[in-house]
Amino acid sequence: MIKITDLSKSFGRLQALKQVSFEATGGQCIALIGPNGCGKTTLLKSVLGMVKPDKGTITVNDKLVERDWQYRRSIGYMPQIGRYPQNMKIGQVLDMLIDLRQSQAPLDDELMTAFKMKDLLHKRMGTLSGGTVQKVSACIAFLFNPSILILDEPTAGLDPVASGILREKIQEEIARNRLIIITSHILSEMDGLVNRITYMHEGKILFDKENQSLIKDTGTSNLMDAVIGIMKANGI
Amino acid sequence: MNKLVRYILIDIIRNRIVIAYMILLAAITLGVFCLEDNPAKGVLTILNIDLFIIPLVSIIFSAIYMYNSAEFIELLVSQPVPGKTIWLSLFLSLAGALSLAFLIGAGIPILIFAHGILAWFMILAGVMLTLIFVVLGLVAVVKTADKARGIGLAILLWVYFSILFDAVVLFLLFQFANYPVEKAMICLSMLNPVDLCRIMILLKMDVSALMGYSGAVFQDFFGTNFGILISVAALVLWVLIPLFYSLKKFVNKDL
Repeated sequence: MIKITDLSKSFGRLQALKQVSFEATGGQCIALIGPNGCGKTTLLKSVLGMVKPDKGTITVNDKLVERDWQYRRSIGYMPQIGRYPQNMKIGQVLDMLIDLRQSQAPLDDELMTAFKMKDLLHKRMGTLSGGTVQKVSACIAFLFNPSILILDEPTAGLDPVASGILREKIQEEIARNRLIIITSHILSEMDGLVNRITYMHEGKILFDKENQSLIKDTGTSNLMDAVIGIMKANGI
Repeated sequence: MNKLVRYILIDIIRNRIVIAYMILLAAITLGVFCLEDNPAKGVLTILNIDLFIIPLVSIIFSAIYMYNSAEFIELLVSQPVPGKTIWLSLFLSLAGALSLAFLIGAGIPILIFAHGILAWFMILAGVMLTLIFVVLGLVAVVKTADKARGIGLAILLWVYFSILFDAVVLFLLFQFANYPVEKAMICLSMLNPVDLCRIMILLKMDVSALMGYSGAVFQDFFGTNFGILISVAALVLWVLIPLFYSLKKFVNKDL
């Protein structure tokens, strides 16, 4: 579904991405991890068309993303920090996006029901707590039945119940053969959810492995120990 | 694009600053007309205040609104909508909301108290200045990623057009006092939308008789239909050129 070849991007002197190649298909749930400033967000933003790469190509569903915007119909994005116009109501934000996307497919409001969003539709965005704003972002990402979901730190700021609901929803979507890319710093949370780990370091992909083979290779019992083991072995 | 404009416009109109701006304009306009017996003198006072306030509020408000909407713009960019539509919608919403505040706050009282072509020129100038300085605010935002520097740039642009430009023109005028510079002055005035609006309106008033020989040359140009057409065209260019520049920058920008 997503294919990235030799992607490079620099911001001034800082090289954020160094010839990154990456490929992902439906049914995969990928944890994109790495220290702060390793290029995770730049990589995701390039896929979303927010960052214009210097070199290399990105294709989504076999279509080049450069100068195109139609491809974003198949992507749902949940930002790390969602901020919306302060005087808009939740209902208006959702209406606006539904209006904008003109999606023919039926809407997926499972998350909205689970988060009891229908009771909050009349609330203004400026009055919401950080967690509620995150819930709105999550609802928006899943609303249009996208075949690719990009979730940037999805559970940061959510209470345990809400983050459990989101986790279940993600598992459902994997079963539906969707592609899900999650970035997070909380490795224990990814355990049992993701089936592939992509570790970035200083603008490069250091390793990219299936969950099972990673645990087997490192001889550890869980994901966190496996990743920490590799990081230590590489002297990071 | 209409859909996006509709939603963003509703958000901006509900903004407290925009409502306060409208009330301020209404208070100034009504206050001046109530204190002044002669409506023509009243218009002159209002002109001077408006030429100061409209650019300031338009440029600073649009710059701050754009910086505060950074994450919202990112969300819009992640949707299947072309970047061009997003940028133009933001411009139209900001320009629409601030023009509406001007039309209700200052436009209606001016139409009630001052009559004839002068009132319509005041309204035209107010709306054009709103559009121009909203666009200049967008240029400041698209040029600088940092919020503090961007707002600083917006303030500098306002200082330049409201104060510095006139100082430079005055300096040149004294330096070349022995030469016939009136025609050159007309060209120079095209380079500053605030001055252009000021001259256009002043020449519609009786006070223009007090401006001496320069006033007569200006009257020869700005008093004719051709001159008015050229000045309005110059104001429109002041909107379009920065708008397309900022649009081009935005489409190629990393968010």
